[in-house]
Amino acid sequence: LNAVPRRAPQQHVRFLPSRGDGEAMGLVAVRVPVLADHPLVRGPQFRRLKIGAGHRLDVKASGVLVLGIGHGNKLLTDLYNCHLTKVYTVGGLFGKATNDFSDTGKLLEKTTFDHITREKLERILAVIQGTNHKALLTYSNIDMKTQEAYELAVKGLICPMGKSPPIITAIRCLQLGLPEFQLEIHCLHETQQYLRKIVHEIGLELKSSATCTQVRRIRDGVFTLDDALLRAQWNLQSIQNAISDCQLKVKMELEKTL
Amino acid sequence: GSFSSPGSNLPSPVKQEQAKAETLPDLNEEILYEDWDDIPPSSALEEISDEEAVQIIAEPLLPLQSSTLRDYVDHSETLAKLVHLGVDLFQVEKRQKAGQLLLTLDFEKDIRKILLFLKDVGVEDNQLGPFLTKNPYILAEDLEALETRVAYLKSKKFSEAEIAQMVSRAPYLLLFSVERLDNRLGFFKNELSLSVKKTKDLVIRLPRLLTGKLGPVKENLQVCQIELGFQRNEIQQIAFKTPKILTASKKRLRQTFDYLHNIMGIPHHMLARFPQVFNSKLLRIKERHMFLTFLGRAQYDPAQPSYISLDQLVSLPDEVFCTEIAKASMQDFEKFLKTI
Repeated sequence: LNAVPRRAPQQHVRFLPSRGDGEAMGLVAVRVPVLADHPLVRGPQFRRLKIGAGHRLDVKASGVLVLGIGHGNKLLTDLYNCHLTKVYTVGGLFGKATNDFSDTGKLLEKTTFDHITREKLERILAVIQGTNHKALLTYSNIDMKTQEAYELAVKGLICPMGKSPPIITAIRCLQLGLPEFQLEIHCLHETQQYLRKIVHEIGLELKSSATCTQVRRIRDGVFTLDDALLRAQWNLQSIQNAISDCQLKVKMELEKTL
Repeated sequence: GSFSSPGSNLPSPVKQEQAKAETLPDLNEEILYEDWDDIPPSSALEEISDEEAVQIIAEPLLPLQSSTLRDYVDHSETLAKLVHLGVDLFQVEKRQKAGQLLLTLDFEKDIRKILLFLKDVGVEDNQLGPFLTKNPYILAEDLEALETRVAYLKSKKFSEAEIAQMVSRAPYLLLFSVERLDNRLGFFKNELSLSVKKTKDLVIRLPRLLTGKLGPVKENLQVCQIELGFQRNEIQQIAFKTPKILTASKKRLRQTFDYLHNIMGIPHHMLARFPQVFNSKLLRIKERHMFLTFLGRAQYDPAQPSYISLDQLVSLPDEVFCTEIAKASMQDFEKFLKTI
């Protein structure tokens, strides 16, 4: 950012005595750049940037993290109030249980997992989805007996507009290759540790145990993996392009909800 | 002319007091004029001739205290000349006492001879600005002491070009006394058990070693020997090839080594052959290794076919790495990175 050309140093008028030949002493008005404005004296023009972060992503998880720069921070609060769902890919491993539900924690017990089949897993997932759907309806504060509620439910627009505990709106199994499995989870107001706990509970329900090996956010509201910038792309040009690409999407989403 | 008399502007009732007042000043004026000089003080509204006008210099006063050199740069020739030389005053004023030092020096008397000395040693003209930005304190050094130190380096058989290179890259070098320089050269020779020629070569390539602290270097050597488990001769080899390891952070060394040795399975002797891997970013090593594992091409044993050498793994730019080593496209690499 500091390489952008800045305004030329201000000029000021200084009166320098001229060395005239004769006795006539005159003053010559000379336009001289103010040295105090010289780039080497003043320093870089931009020294600090205000950057804010969107929904948290903890140390062991990876994926899409939304950042706001300068005035964009205000949009971050607005997006938070939209309560859009986030989508995660969660990888797990059957047969082990650890104290912090992830594969870097202390091992607590080992169990067998040969009895687990895809149908059993999907049955458990359906149960989870059902209980969470009930919680969703309760927290969204809509009277279930009205026509309005029916219409919102049909469009899929029911969502809790205030604070609520984590709610899973959809969960499905992407792949199962014993002992490893992968789930896709759509959720609201979650933390990554909550998702790891869900993996642990799935293991318990299946009369085995499970730990979480990977939590990856693939979508945060309107921002997907395709919009995300990799570490090698963290330079001014890419960031500017990314901001302009997402601007329209963000605006539309905010207008729709608020 | 003096003050314009206010009598004509005042309304009539005041005229009486005016008449009384006029008698008194005569007496007072005489007494006044006896105490002071005969010439009455001139008033600001007096008209003066043009020559006298030219000689008056009226400029706003310089602030007596300021936290930045910006306030003084327009009024000080020394500072102006330094700016034109390329010294970054913004950086210098952040250092302790450096700004104060520059203000007290005079360009012609003090700074000029040190600049000429630096040019003699071999610092390029366009490097003088950046040099002084990093080390403004050299302007306060005694010229004789500086010349003694250069003579010492020449006596150790460093050539002129080598000395110029070392001084440019480590601006603090000439601030160290002869005993200190001697101590440090001896330290590296003994710790690494290198010959005189090799020590000199090491120091020329990384002159920072002579100006940095020795404590961290000793600790790094201990870490390499005890924690990482390298032999003495392996450490010697590594330090000679990549002296930056001696000044690297210990945490980074441990993390990189842990990944290379325990997860990628690379033995010590291979790491001693390619110590450049310790200098590269851990994230880069991880991403590339994971990609190669995904493609089934992670082979670091020279005895096996399709062997990938460690320096190729880290030093090639992304596009070349993708096409030559991984035999995949950049888009595939980026897509893979988004799945980690």
